[in-house]
Amino acid sequence: MIDSLDISVVSWSKAQFALTAMYHWIFVPLTLGLAFIIAFMETLYVKTGDEEWKKITKYWMTLFGINFAIGIATGIILEFEFGTNWSNYSWFVGDIFGAPLAIEGIMAFFMETTFIAVMFFGWNKVSKRFHLISTWLVAIGANLSALWILVANAWMQYPAGMHFNPDTVRNEMVNFWEVLFSPVAVNKFLHTITSSFLLASVFVIGISAWYMLKGRHILLAKRSIIIASVFGLISSVFVGFTGDGSAIEVAHKQPMKLAAMEGLYKGSEGVGLIAIGMPTPGKVYNDNKDPYIFKIQIPKMLSILGYHDKDAFVPGITDIIDGGYTYKNKNGEEVVAPSTAQKIEKGKLAIQALADYTTSSAEGNKEMMAYHKNILNENFEYFGYGYLKDPASTIPNVPLVFYSFRVMVGLGLLFIVFFGLILFLVLEKNLEQKRWLLKTSIFMIPLAYLASQAGWIVAEVGRQPWVIQDILPTSAAVSNIGVGAVQVTFFLFFIIFTILLIAELKIMFKQIKLGPKEGGN
Amino acid sequence: MPNNPIKSIIQFYYDGFKSMTIGKTLWTIIIIKLFIMFFILKLFFFPDLLKKNFKNDSERSRHVLEQLTNKK
Repeated sequence: MIDSLDISVVSWSKAQFALTAMYHWIFVPLTLGLAFIIAFMETLYVKTGDEEWKKITKYWMTLFGINFAIGIATGIILEFEFGTNWSNYSWFVGDIFGAPLAIEGIMAFFMETTFIAVMFFGWNKVSKRFHLISTWLVAIGANLSALWILVANAWMQYPAGMHFNPDTVRNEMVNFWEVLFSPVAVNKFLHTITSSFLLASVFVIGISAWYMLKGRHILLAKRSIIIASVFGLISSVFVGFTGDGSAIEVAHKQPMKLAAMEGLYKGSEGVGLIAIGMPTPGKVYNDNKDPYIFKIQIPKMLSILGYHDKDAFVPGITDIIDGGYTYKNKNGEEVVAPSTAQKIEKGKLAIQALADYTTSSAEGNKEMMAYHKNILNENFEYFGYGYLKDPASTIPNVPLVFYSFRVMVGLGLLFIVFFGLILFLVLEKNLEQKRWLLKTSIFMIPLAYLASQAGWIVAEVGRQPWVIQDILPTSAAVSNIGVGAVQVTFFLFFIIFTILLIAELKIMFKQIKLGPKEGGN
Repeated sequence: MPNNPIKSIIQFYYDGFKSMTIGKTLWTIIIIKLFIMFFILKLFFFPDLLKKNFKNDSERSRHVLEQLTNKK
């Protein structure tokens, strides 16, 4: 059946999922970060009793509310898509994906109905302390809510803590803690939330800078910039550390993604990192073209980033396809990497074993069931390769991943300098005179969103063709539906989400122009 | 505030919604959005195919098995 699927169904379903996920991610990071910034501001209000801090808190809370309201439930669309476009996948992942999403749903519901209500409606109705606790719980709850989604995503990048049940054709969770605390999940969560803190800090600084340029609400702007630049500086440094952790995980668990991030075709020991470069368009893994039109390289840096060893071997795309190099497997043993062609053969064996197991099960032949199950278990780690036509189909879109990675890292480094500079100047009471920097601060806001989206492109495009790493490719995960239906909903979403985005921007701009209702001068 | 805790909570939300300014626009957007999502998109465009087309889990697993193993 899968072979007969029109490939455009896969492409359109992928495009639709990417579109909805990217729109959803416009709203989420600001919610995650701004919630903490508001909590810091309110803490200062409760500690000092200074009414100005209360006004500042309420102002940013209004912008938080706009973003939260427009963004709310945009993620639900992704769940709709699982049931319609990705039904094979939805069934195949079983409770592993369902459990974290259910926890997220329950947490989000309680947080949103209780503590956000106190946060917005509770001024002068509950005690200062209770209000502050509610604000902190909103911040912590929103981030914990994100944890469960990111755990589910991390499992797709590195399936752990499960076993495949051929009787139900589902993966079943055998160790919740392995799923929750898989190194990929921990890194992904920390990297994602800290990058969201960074984005929210840039947002607060950018808007405050605009007030400074206009000569309005100067005290609000200065105080907001101090909070945001400290939070942003700490977060951006932490983003660097967690990014380093992510690089290690990618190097060990998704080497093809790392190779695509670098446009590295032929691996070696002590590989450099391309600081600036341009991959050769149309390059294929087994031709003799130079992989780069030009490059400026930092010697040995990729080996250091990926393995914390300046002389470590980093496999390139061709090495991964041809196999034959040694690497450490899940159990930490040095093994020789099989070629992708061998993995495809093993995958086909696993798929056939699943079919034969079912036939034996229907016949009640327990001996043959055990025999086929054994073959399935032995080859299950390559199950998904059995759906691939040729080794080249394991290569993601190299230029897109390469450039997205550089956008993310380049902007990440720029933000560290930016936060440091802003903090220094605002503490020196010199920021208002630097009008060029205030103007630059406004333009930093879209750059923060660009970096955030680029990070997800690296993570998700870089792991193609897999929906579950090595176990299920997108071509097998997709439902057997007509391409027309997917195209219709793609454009429907495009229109709806664009309207929502325009609505958010209009309301947000209007509110920023109005400024704080009560003082903030 | 009334002493009954349930009445207090209802009053809390009632007063909160009543005193909203920009919040009213936002709630209008939220309600329209949720209506479009659950009563148009979900109902007409996004059926849960396995739930809709099969009666029980056994049929669903058989269908997915066929999808994953039958190659033409």
